This record gives sequence, C-alpha cells and structure tokens, in this order.
Amino acid sequence: MAQLSKEEIGRRTKQEERAMMWRSVKQNKACYAMLAPFMLFFIVFTVVPVVMSLPMGFTDFNMAQAPKFIGLSNYTTLFLSDKIFVKSIRVTIVFALFTGPVSYVLCFLLAWLINELHPKLKTFFTLVFYAPSMANIFTVWQIIFSGDMNGYINSFLINLGLINSPIQWLTDGNYVLGVTIVVQLWISLGAGFLALRAGFQNIDRSMYEAGAIEGIRTRWQELIYIVIPSMGPQLMFAAVMQIVSSFTAGTVAQNLVGFPSTDYKAHTIMTHAYDYGWVRYEMGYASAICMVLFVVMYLLNKLISRVLSKYMD
Amino acid sequence: MAQVNTMKLKASNKQAGRKIGGTIAIFAFLTILGLFMLFPIYLTIVMSIKPVEELFIYPPKLYVMRPTLLNFSDMFSAMSQNRVPFSRYVFNSIAVTLSVTVLQCIFASMAAFVLAKCRFPGSKFINSIIVIALLYQSNVIYIMQYIVMARLGLIDNPLALILPSVASPMGLFLMRQSIGQIPDAMIEAAKVDGAGLFRICWQIVMPNQKPALMTLIIFAFQAAWNIQTGTVVFQEQYKTLTTVAAQAAASGLARAGVASAVSVFVLIPPIVVFMLAQRQVIETMAHSGIKD
Repeated sequence: MAQLSKEEIGRRTKQEERAMMWRSVKQNKACYAMLAPFMLFFIVFTVVPVVMSLPMGFTDFNMAQAPKFIGLSNYTTLFLSDKIFVKSIRVTIVFALFTGPVSYVLCFLLAWLINELHPKLKTFFTLVFYAPSMANIFTVWQIIFSGDMNGYINSFLINLGLINSPIQWLTDGNYVLGVTIVVQLWISLGAGFLALRAGFQNIDRSMYEAGAIEGIRTRWQELIYIVIPSMGPQLMFAAVMQIVSSFTAGTVAQNLVGFPSTDYKAHTIMTHAYDYGWVRYEMGYASAICMVLFVVMYLLNKLISRVLSKYMD
Repeated sequence: MAQVNTMKLKASNKQAGRKIGGTIAIFAFLTILGLFMLFPIYLTIVMSIKPVEELFIYPPKLYVMRPTLLNFSDMFSAMSQNRVPFSRYVFNSIAVTLSVTVLQCIFASMAAFVLAKCRFPGSKFINSIIVIALLYQSNVIYIMQYIVMARLGLIDNPLALILPSVASPMGLFLMRQSIGQIPDAMIEAAKVDGAGLFRICWQIVMPNQKPALMTLIIFAFQAAWNIQTGTVVFQEQYKTLTTVAAQAAASGLARAGVASAVSVFVLIPPIVVFMLAQRQVIETMAHSGIKD
C-alpha cells in the first residue's frame, strides 16, 4: 500500500514519506474503522483464497498430492494442443456477444419503460422481469424444449404444421447453443436490471422540472439529456454484472443441454474449467483456464469503463 | 418547490411531454414481453399442481385438469423424514438468511460510504480490488476457501454458512456507485456541523440511499436464502430449508412434479421480500437536499 500513495505525495525522501503516510493514516482513523468489518471478512474469505489460487495455474495439482511447479506448460498446452479449449473460446465469444449486449440494452430499456408507468405498475412489472433470475428453474425449460412430441415447442410447431417430426432441441448440435442463449437471456435481467431501476428512482425530480422549463418536449429528449447523464454509476455497475454473467455462464448449459453438450457446441470456457476442475481434478489446469478468462474480462471491463466515463462526463 | 413535487407526483407521474398514447404503447409492449417472461414460471406452477398422470400426456396441456397438492405433500413428507424436526430447518434458514442479510447491508454500506467519499492511504487500491474480486471467477477459489475455513475450524460449524457471505463485493460495488452520486458539499456541510463519519453515514447519506439499500437487501436475501449447506456443513441439524428442499426434488417419486413444487416453494420468500423492498424503492422520491 505504501507504493500507492507515492504519486499523490510527490518526491520526498523515504523517511518523510513514511511519516506523512503515518500521519495521513492516523487522520483517517475513522475511515479505517468503518471499513474494518467489511475488509476483515472480505480478506479472509475472498482475498486470501484468490491470492492462494493465483499461482495454481503454474502447477500440476490434483488435490491428492501437493501442487508441483511446472512453469508455463499449462498455458502452452491450453493454446497449442487443447482443441476443445479453442472451440470453447469461440462458443464463449458467440455466447457473450449474444447475451451480453442484448441483455444490457434490455435491462436499460425495460428499466426505463417501467419507470414511465404508474407507481403501482412499476413494482408489478419489475417483479415480472426480475422473477426469472430469482427462479433459476431448469426443469421447466427441459420440458418446454423436450425432444419428444411432449415438448411444448415441438407440439406447438407440429400443431401449426411447421414441422413433421419433433426437433431434438437439447441434443442436436445445431440448436443447443441457441437454446442455451434463449434461456440465459431469460434469466439475465438480474442484478444490473434492479440496480438500474434503483438508479431511475434516485434521479432528483427537480431535474425533470428544470428540463421541462428549459425546453425538453419528449421522453426521448429527457432520456438523453437528463436520465443517461445522471445514471453513469448504475450503468457501470450493470456493465460489470453483464460481463461477469455472460462470460462465466456455464450452469445454464450444463443443466439444460447436458455436460458435455453435443459436439461441445455449448461448451464455454467456464464449462471447460469445470470439466478439468471437478470432473478430472486437474486443478492446476483449471486455474490456468480461469486465469485466461479473467484477463479477458478484466481488459473488457477497462475498455467499457473508459467508453462509459468518456460518455458520462 | 417540494409542495409542487408531491402534487405532481399525486397527479400520476407527469413529466415533460407525456402523451397518453405513448404510455399505452409502453404498457402494451411490457405486457407482451412480460407474458413471455412469465410463461416458464406459470408452467412451473401448473406442473407443481399436476397429478403424475397428467405430466406426460400428449399434447401437453397449458393448464391443469385435476389440480392436486400431492406434489407439495410429497415434498414436505420427504423433508420431514429425517431425524431432525422440520421446524429446525425453518429456524436454520431464518437464522442464516437474517444474519447474512443484516450484516451484509451494514458492512457494505459503511465500507461503500468510506470508499466513495473519503480519500485516505489505500482507498484507491481497495476500490480497484473490489472490481477485480467481482471479475475473478475461478472454481479453484472454493477449494482455497475450504482450506481457509478448515484452518479456522469452521467446517461442520453453522457459522460456515454465514461468515463467508457477510462481505459481498457486489453489494459494496452497488452501494459505492450509488453513494458516489451524493454531492460532496452535503458531506462537507455535515462535517462543518461537527458530525463524525459514522453519523454522516447513517444519518445523512443512508437515508438518501433507500433505492440502493433496498436493492441490496433483495440481492442479499436472495443469495442468503439460497445458501446450500453442501460441502461445509454435514450435520442434519444445521441444514437449511433450501438444502433439504433440493434433496426432496432429487428424490421425489414423480420427479418433475415434486421438483416444480420445490421450485415454487423456494421462490416464495424471495418474492415476498422483493415486493416489500421494491415498494419502498418506488415510494422513495429523490427530492431536494441532494443538489450540487
């Protein structure tokens, strides 16, 4: 932590620096005291496990024996000879491209539209759109997409005469990724959506009045000139949540189209990590996979926060 | 000004350039999309009250012909077959959910306030760590967490269900983003008036943060309610309601029916909390006092 304050303090001798630091720490005693309860549990149950898991990517670790250092070989195997990993990168990108931006826009759009309604309807519609992310139910989707004629979609399409024989939604390689994306979109109006709803509720009403006086005539103008500029923090929160959920999705596919899915068509990077971590107990390799995913997500987060902050200010 | 505000509010949410036609179009759009969203949940509810013989008939029906509560009674009997009385699970769930939710909200609010509004050695560093913690998803963490918990003697201890969930980086991030929007001038004014940080946080900042806090309560409750005892606690007497419900879903006779009943049952408390909290969010209207 000592290095971090350097830039703020400027050039001084080390002793002076340390003395200043110490004074500053003492001045902010109250801050540390209020931070302490959170930090205590955060460090013990999140930071320590994360730091412990960082070097695992460079080891061969099967949980039974102590981890053995093997340098970069996990990473070279990943990129050079693991064909399924390369495939899973493609699946993850397709998956994230479809679910991430779409559900981000949907979160914002719906939060805004709901905000236009009468207060009683607001609670109702917020619940309607948020309920799927609370429910997390897969059984019903298995029945909706069931491959026999009992499946709701199949029987519906057969009734309409669009198809003659049932489609194997959950096992046909052509459909598994599409089905997974649909279900993921269904549950994706979660944390980001609610945070945006709260953000809308937090906009000072006098801002709207001021806007009306200054010549704002339509909902659209209000959205662009008043709402979006004052929702920056919530938009950022929703973006981070969306990155996490679209890149680390794996449970939907595993519960819906099986594990592994047909031809690895719905095999995301996270599923791959699950495969090596919890099925084959190659924890070192699984860590390396997660590390790659983390780096990608981190860079994307940097990019999005830069774009958003440029737009907000 | 404030009077005008409340009057306008009572006159149903009128703002610049609202046409009734637009509002109706929005309502229609949301209703249609909402029906799609609700369809699977509706089906789950229907399936939970379907008798076994109706589950697999062709063509599949969107409604129940002879509704039954058999699936629910199967679920409850599967849940009460253990040595431990059913009320014990209820107690465990309430204890875990309540303590996680309350502690998470208090800890996250205080930490978020400090991180959003104070500059002190380490604040920048901690701020960046929070986002990294959100983005770093690795299944290896669970093993490391297990090792840490074993060292602390928490394995097979009911505290193992509570303590790891008490500090949520997501909750902190949410609150920090929201508190950051409060003008510094307000906090400075309170400081000048001689209020300490703790008082500023709870008496000035948090009352203005009802929407974010209520949202955090929803998240925290939902996560805590769904905590599965799984790998850290083995004794039957420490298991939570959702854990035994999941077990019942896996072992039920007519699995799809009982599993649906479990889904419906597990969903009810979060929805109730959601309704209560969300009403608070809607009723809060940001008004004067928060101005730059």
